[in-house]
Amino acid sequence: MGDQILHQLIIPILLVLAVVIPLTLTVALYVYWERKVLGWMHVRMGPNQVGPLGLLQAFADVVKLICKEVILPTNANKVLYYTAPLLALIPALAAWAVVPFGARFALSNANAGLLYLLAMTSLGVYGIILAGWASNSRYALLGAMRSAAQVISYELAMGLCLVCVLVLAGSLNLTDIVTAQAGSIGHWFMWPLLPVFVVYFVSGVAETNRAPFDVAEGESEIVAGFHVEYSGSAFALFFLAEYANMILVSFLASILFMGGWLSPFPESVPVLGHASFIWLLAKAFFFAFLFLWFRATFPRYRYDQIMRLGWKVFIPIAIVWVFVAGCMKYYGWVHIGTGG
Amino acid sequence: MSRITNYFKSLLLIELLKGMVLTWRYLFSPKYTMRYPMEHIPKSNRFRGLHALRRYANGEERCIACKLCEAVCPALAITIDSAPRASDGQRRTTRYDIDLFKCIYCGFCEESCPVDSIVETHVHEYHFEHRGENVVTKLQLLAIGDRFEADIAAARAQDAAYR
Repeated sequence: MGDQILHQLIIPILLVLAVVIPLTLTVALYVYWERKVLGWMHVRMGPNQVGPLGLLQAFADVVKLICKEVILPTNANKVLYYTAPLLALIPALAAWAVVPFGARFALSNANAGLLYLLAMTSLGVYGIILAGWASNSRYALLGAMRSAAQVISYELAMGLCLVCVLVLAGSLNLTDIVTAQAGSIGHWFMWPLLPVFVVYFVSGVAETNRAPFDVAEGESEIVAGFHVEYSGSAFALFFLAEYANMILVSFLASILFMGGWLSPFPESVPVLGHASFIWLLAKAFFFAFLFLWFRATFPRYRYDQIMRLGWKVFIPIAIVWVFVAGCMKYYGWVHIGTGG
Repeated sequence: MSRITNYFKSLLLIELLKGMVLTWRYLFSPKYTMRYPMEHIPKSNRFRGLHALRRYANGEERCIACKLCEAVCPALAITIDSAPRASDGQRRTTRYDIDLFKCIYCGFCEESCPVDSIVETHVHEYHFEHRGENVVTKLQLLAIGDRFEADIAAARAQDAAYR
């Protein structure tokens, strides 16, 4: 009996914590890094007062947010108002269950991992819509509607990009998708799927409502969009969800298109040729940096431009490339690795 | 034709990449930020900060209560009362108040002073903790003058040729 509890309860919980706690710390450091990079690109210094080099800034912000009062707006729907941040955060964390960090380390090596991911990333939008609806505020409602329309449009393009990967790898299992890219840098899916790779990452930026697609937040028009009425720890949850999603998109881009934990060098190269978690981290860091780079560079898209880009550019490109990917697979133009 | 080239230009994200190259360069360029309490911007010798009343080298206060500064002050920040001094009958101020909330730091008092008594120092970092402390009295002004006399004299010496 005790053995059963250990295996069915305690070990899974420990495993989940082993992913969620480092993830939360990463979010804190990512927020710090974002402010640093934005500062540098604005020819400022960024946070440099709290702790050495300002490293503790994010933790100071967390303490501040937790100490603040959570304000419930007049006539807001209390139940929905308090569930919305959870609905945003839970899918953002749950999606990490199928992310493989190494050849044999994923919380769940689910066969339908890709499908599960698509489901989880789509669920996040409910949190945003409910937050906007329950806040009883025009700004929040507008932000929620914008966000919903945008996320749904880009979800399509993103799904089609994933179909391309699926066609090439022949599997929905993320570990299999990575092993299908075995070999050196030339075997990664980013080369045969280059346009789709770009479309996927840009859709990922739009999915997470980040600049230049951050009309849902649109601080110059609708203050802060869907989370305008949230304060204190409720706001912190939205914040955590947004950044967890950004890191998730970065990890997925590296796993699906850049060979995950595989090394860019051939196996024969000593040390550097070994597959390792470090490679996955380095690739994800690159994508995470791109998010910040975009934010520092591009002005916000107008709403109709976002819709045009999603429906009239990304989806056609992705659909065409699904056929191209099918041809590549059928005629054997690309090398597909097998289990490593 | 240009429509087609424009289409491909936007499809290949050329302009966006150009923008990213620009921000990448700024990422490494030297930062303009002045880390204020640790670093200071150099000040001109004509900088007009907190006021001070000066003394001669023998310790005699310079102010002769001519009230020119009071008359010239556009913000009416200076209030002076005067009376013959008990010891030698010289005309001296009995009260010399500057309301720092009214003062606009124009430097007219300093310019009008025939004996270089009222001056503005380089001190610009000061604060008040209680109501009423914004009005600095004669004794406070003299104390400020005593404390920063070396700086004040140096700044006046630098500027002497242009006066």
